[in-house]
Amino acid sequence: MLDGITNILVVGIGGQGVMTAAEMLARTALDQGYDVKKTEVAGMAQRGGVVSSHVRFGPKVYSPQIDAGEADLLIGFEAAEALRWLPHLRPTGVAMVNTLRIAPPVVSAGLYDYPADPIGALAATGIEIHAFDAGAIAEELGNPKLVNTIMLGAISEHLPFPADALKACIVAGFRAYKPKLAEVNAQAFDAGREAGNVKAISSCSSV
Amino acid sequence: MNAVVQAKAESRHLLSGNEAVARAAWEAGVRVAAAYPGTPATEILENIALYPDIYSEWSVNEKVAVEVAIGASLAGSRALAAMKHVGMNVASDAFMTQSLAGVVGGLVIVVADDVGLSSSQNEQDSRYWGRFGHLPILEPADSQEAYEMVKRAFDLSEEYESPVIVRMTTRVCHVKAMVVVDGERIERRAVGFQKNPQRWVMTPANAKPRLPLMHQRDQKFRELSEASDLNLAFPGADRRIGFITSGPAFMHVRETFPDAPVLKLGFSHPAPLDKIRAFAGQVDTLIVAEETEPLLETEIRAAGLAVRGKDLLPRFGELAPSVLRPAIKPLLGEPYEVASRSQADLFPRPPTMCASCPHLGPYFALSHIRNLNIVGDIGCYTLGAGHPWNALDTCTCMGASLSMAHGMDKGRGESDDKKSIVAVIGDSTFLHMGMQGLLNMIYNRGNVTVLLLDNRSVGMTGGQENPGTGQDLHGLPAPRVDFAKLAEALGVRPERIRMVDPYELPTMVKLVREETKMEEPSVIITNRPCSLTDRFERFRAFTVLDDKCTGCGNCIDLGCPAISVARRETVTAKSGKTKELVFAQIDANTCTGCHMCVETCAPDAIVQPEPQNRVIRIHAHA
Repeated sequence: MLDGITNILVVGIGGQGVMTAAEMLARTALDQGYDVKKTEVAGMAQRGGVVSSHVRFGPKVYSPQIDAGEADLLIGFEAAEALRWLPHLRPTGVAMVNTLRIAPPVVSAGLYDYPADPIGALAATGIEIHAFDAGAIAEELGNPKLVNTIMLGAISEHLPFPADALKACIVAGFRAYKPKLAEVNAQAFDAGREAGNVKAISSCSSV
Repeated sequence: MNAVVQAKAESRHLLSGNEAVARAAWEAGVRVAAAYPGTPATEILENIALYPDIYSEWSVNEKVAVEVAIGASLAGSRALAAMKHVGMNVASDAFMTQSLAGVVGGLVIVVADDVGLSSSQNEQDSRYWGRFGHLPILEPADSQEAYEMVKRAFDLSEEYESPVIVRMTTRVCHVKAMVVVDGERIERRAVGFQKNPQRWVMTPANAKPRLPLMHQRDQKFRELSEASDLNLAFPGADRRIGFITSGPAFMHVRETFPDAPVLKLGFSHPAPLDKIRAFAGQVDTLIVAEETEPLLETEIRAAGLAVRGKDLLPRFGELAPSVLRPAIKPLLGEPYEVASRSQADLFPRPPTMCASCPHLGPYFALSHIRNLNIVGDIGCYTLGAGHPWNALDTCTCMGASLSMAHGMDKGRGESDDKKSIVAVIGDSTFLHMGMQGLLNMIYNRGNVTVLLLDNRSVGMTGGQENPGTGQDLHGLPAPRVDFAKLAEALGVRPERIRMVDPYELPTMVKLVREETKMEEPSVIITNRPCSLTDRFERFRAFTVLDDKCTGCGNCIDLGCPAISVARRETVTAKSGKTKELVFAQIDANTCTGCHMCVETCAPDAIVQPEPQNRVIRIHAHA
């Protein structure tokens, strides 16, 4: 986190809630008194394309974009997308990855291959990477849409502000607009926080 | 989103550039706002619609939107029109003349250039319109500036009785950043239209005396630009290079070269040449960092200054730090090292149509019929050019399908001899600029089969309303155009207007086959709503019975993202020929139970686990 700027890259597929997760991080950072910018490279992402959302905060943020090799944190909502965007992470950064695999139609049609072991490929880089099945946790809690909050819980210990600040921002959002979902999202956040504490499958110290 | 509508002065908010424009319009006392949806500008009107003090509408196209705003302005109301860059091409006829006549209530045109083409058919530099139309251009670099400049633009417009252009780009529209909201709405009384034919009736005799006035206004704007605090110099310790920049490129320049002096142009046209000359004298090498065309660079060079720009920087795409660094660092004798860790070599994830998309049926039909030239248009159905359909041959601009198809019919060449010409267009695009093409084709005795894919929404931009949906911008009931009657009124014979359920694949294929054989124009209208809108009704998912699936792969050809390949097997027939079998599976979370794929499955291997809900109804809205 050079120059007091924190760079977080959230990546996944259109419809997974990547942009909402990035919004939560940005709002919390704003509440914490930082200058914030959030930008998406989404294109026609509503139609199943790649989504990457950049969140930058610090004393003063100019460019909204995170360059290759400059992300401090990478949140991957899908295994191959985490692999695709890994070059954006600093060697000293941390990646939190959902082990979910989604093959697009071009793979299903046999035009391209989905990597056999994306998590293994991530681990081979020697960067600190935590990987777990967020979908399974969401299912246990009874709502597949909770993956979003679970991933935020998982990364929360690595932020420059208290994890509880992020949790409070998420829960307050649900209290205001979907109060019935506030409690289960609080649980999802905590479950994610615990899951994010799993031992890294690799780390920079191991190289 | 709602928070900012009620935001009190001095409060901090995380706003996109588009949200900031809406708040500023409200504070500026705007009374009328109009737009046609288009990425990245769509959310400007969607957010303005949240403010009850502003009359706002989805107009049928950008020209209409600007004309609505002009009318409101002549009645004395502040008015705003918003659009994406290509919308300006459509709207230009209106403002090119209104620039001459001028305005009464402040009139601001907010145009969003899709620099980098995230969702557009081309990349344009809307700053040309300022030069072309003798209009000033303000260029915000982030949300806070968008908020401030829109308010300034209204004051400028009203004081000098000129439309003002605010040029945004995707990287302003869609970036969320901190905005300190510093005001409340100022109500402005509209005096009403004051008749003055010499001023408002642009006949040659009346327009001619306005020309010198327009040029005097240009001169006034140039003086204002020289004095404007929106054109601001940032000192820097390292004077080997100095930048002149505008819009989001300013942010990238500051990020990449924090020690270099920068002259930031917020009031970028007319350019403040004296201010630029003074700045140039303070640096060794002057570099213009502008997205996308070398407009300022050309003007600065014409003013006799030595300047660098597009000889170093690309003429297209964003000037992100990753672009600036390798282009300019070598100039400082600081060779830029390309990051050694390369992007993983992975499969692409191109955008695709959605599960149960009503366009899947027509494209299944088009991909199964030979000898067609398929002329496309702007919308989700442009994706029909991709895998697995490969059933769209052109895409140019809004409404072009019908007229280009007509031209392709009239200009048939040798290889077109036995081909039928098909035009594919959506409901909103047809109403935007497609109707004229149909009228023209009928009038000139053309022969094109038109597929009018009515999914009752502006799909690609997120499901906005249009005159064919029965609802307005605010979700309130609105008169709904009858496409069949409209086609008939334009001259299509009633026998050749065919309504079809796009989910009924055999009927769909049969109809397209029949109509493309006709020697006269036909219009085939589909009638299922976009599956991402509230009008779409979802049913229980289907599944593939593995023991019944024969591996024919027909359902895969539909291109539904809920259907994927479970496994492949190569079998050898008795004749000795080998054949690849493709066994399918359906993702229960993605499938909406639309039953389209069932129509492709001869062995009845696709079933709903409990079949009692199989009847699908189209949701009827009043």
